[in-house]
Amino acid sequence: MLLFCLLVVGLIGLLARAAYLQGMHNDFLQQEGEARYSRVVEMNADRGMIADRNGEVLAISSPVASVYVDPKILKITPVQLDQLVRLLEMDKGEVEKRIYREHGRFVYLKRQIVPEVAERIDALNIPGIALKTEFKRYYPEGEGAAHVVGFTDINDKGQEGVERGWNDVLTGKLGSRRVIKDNKGRIVEAVEKIRPPKPGQDVILSLDRRIQHIAHRELKSAVAVHRAKAGSIVVLDAQTGEILALTNFPVYNPNARSSITSNRIRNRALIDTFEPGSTLKPFPIATAIEIGHVNPDTVLQTSPGTFKVGRSTIRDVSNKGLLSVAEVIQVSSNVGTVKIALSLKPQTMWEMYSNVGFGMPIGTGFPGEANGSLRPYGQWRPIEQATMSFGHGISVSLMQLARAYTIFTTGGELKPVSLKKQVFPVMGQRVISSETAHAVSQMLEMATQTEGTAPLAQVNGYRVAGKTGTAHKLVDGKYAKNRYISSFVGYAPVSRPRLIIAVMLDEPSAGKYFGGAVAAPVFSQVMAGSLRILNVPHDALPANNGVNFSLASTADREG
Amino acid sequence: MLMFVACALGVVTAQHETRKLNMALENEMEITRKLEVEWGKLQLEQSTLIARRQIENSAREQLNMEVPSADHIQIISARKMDEAQWAVLDHVEKF
Repeated sequence: MLLFCLLVVGLIGLLARAAYLQGMHNDFLQQEGEARYSRVVEMNADRGMIADRNGEVLAISSPVASVYVDPKILKITPVQLDQLVRLLEMDKGEVEKRIYREHGRFVYLKRQIVPEVAERIDALNIPGIALKTEFKRYYPEGEGAAHVVGFTDINDKGQEGVERGWNDVLTGKLGSRRVIKDNKGRIVEAVEKIRPPKPGQDVILSLDRRIQHIAHRELKSAVAVHRAKAGSIVVLDAQTGEILALTNFPVYNPNARSSITSNRIRNRALIDTFEPGSTLKPFPIATAIEIGHVNPDTVLQTSPGTFKVGRSTIRDVSNKGLLSVAEVIQVSSNVGTVKIALSLKPQTMWEMYSNVGFGMPIGTGFPGEANGSLRPYGQWRPIEQATMSFGHGISVSLMQLARAYTIFTTGGELKPVSLKKQVFPVMGQRVISSETAHAVSQMLEMATQTEGTAPLAQVNGYRVAGKTGTAHKLVDGKYAKNRYISSFVGYAPVSRPRLIIAVMLDEPSAGKYFGGAVAAPVFSQVMAGSLRILNVPHDALPANNGVNFSLASTADREG
Repeated sequence: MLMFVACALGVVTAQHETRKLNMALENEMEITRKLEVEWGKLQLEQSTLIARRQIENSAREQLNMEVPSADHIQIISARKMDEAQWAVLDHVEKF
């Protein structure tokens, strides 16, 4: 009886306990149970790719593996160690030092190895050696687009160029979710999404990889031939201001980190400024035409090739005698330009320079863009106004210079430049009337003819226009005697401009240094190649003997 | 009582099914991920293969090709193309 009673009491107790656990304590227990086999797993979010305007890849992430070791649980036989060392292609002593480290439970053996090797290491099945998937950035265009695209560090963070400027857009955000895993590590139930992953967005640039390649190739050979210290080239779409190509020398290979130095990293066309020299002459002359001081046929006396402003003397290379305004541009006369510029009020000239974007931000979003310097007109002395008219005493970046020339290709409007592909028509800001733009354009075309300063800029089959610049370099505040910056800015086809190309070579030291001899040929080569790629119809009869075809469309020749 | 047992068994079966389907889903997702990686690799491979310097080198050196000069290029405007097409059509209609 007693026994029975005890049994009943025991049973009731048990039932009560069961009811308590099942009914009232249920949530807590289930939570605890789940915690024993539920795991939080990360959800990958890849870094977006960078592509050119035609969708060709300029930077893309590809998975690689990093090998790490947990020294606490490592069990390795000498044979395995030899195999591992061979696969990793590392020094044996170095590997031993890392795997026998006393402290820490996470030591990288080697980062970013190719997946094939990673699989073979995994197959060795050494306890304590494990792999972690990481992403490595690849740059198929190599050094060709390095200055624009930039590169990332080993942790996938943008360090330079677009990779840095647009890092936030490109970077994905890791997501995570809670799952239940069985004893074999398989996911059997997705409990909840803690954070959805946000993959990085792709960035479509305005670059054209084909033009970029030509620009890079020609600049590279010109820098080598003229033994220049550095060089830059910019190719703009003459109607939209999109940057189709941009490259500099010296350059690095973003796929080989060891080639990266602070000198090679500089995207000179955007972040460095220089005194542009004669390439600025069209602007004061355009101003004078715009306000009606002169017209292209007004004749000026430039004899005897020198002109006194205050206590300083402006010189031409030679005595050029009587010149029309158009010829001042064609033969690049300093005296003629200064005479025209000094007829302008400082404020008027300053407004022109400011309106075409000198001293103003470029606004592409590229990190470290230079604004250059354009001093306020209130401080200008006559000699300063004079030198500024032919590009001394003012500093601009090559990109600003190329952008300023859009006023001659669009009939008077300054277009904003952009690194990203533009889908909608780009609004410009009117600076001069289309008549003035047309008149200056004719002068610039004359400069590339046989009597001009840049016959080497000619492109067979197309009318081209442009202006040379040969500037003494400023060294420690003084103009160096025999150090020059040679430049050329031009566009083609003149009848309906498609491309603006600006070329700059810093300290060419193989004998030639005139912009017309050093920079103009680069312009010509790049322009010829790019117009061919873009299938731009000829607007001039091809020179040379050989077969002559009739022109396809006469309508294209006007404009 | 019997119904309780049946229901309990039903719950267990359903739970098991869920897990099985979930596993299948996870598998498929894993495949998706792998394919995405593969796609990335192929894109990379393609863009490396079409690098202009390589194509240019092999065209110049192995195939002895060159860029035609401007006087050897004839550009046909779209309007002329249209006319040419109509000419062909006229020709066809005669038969």
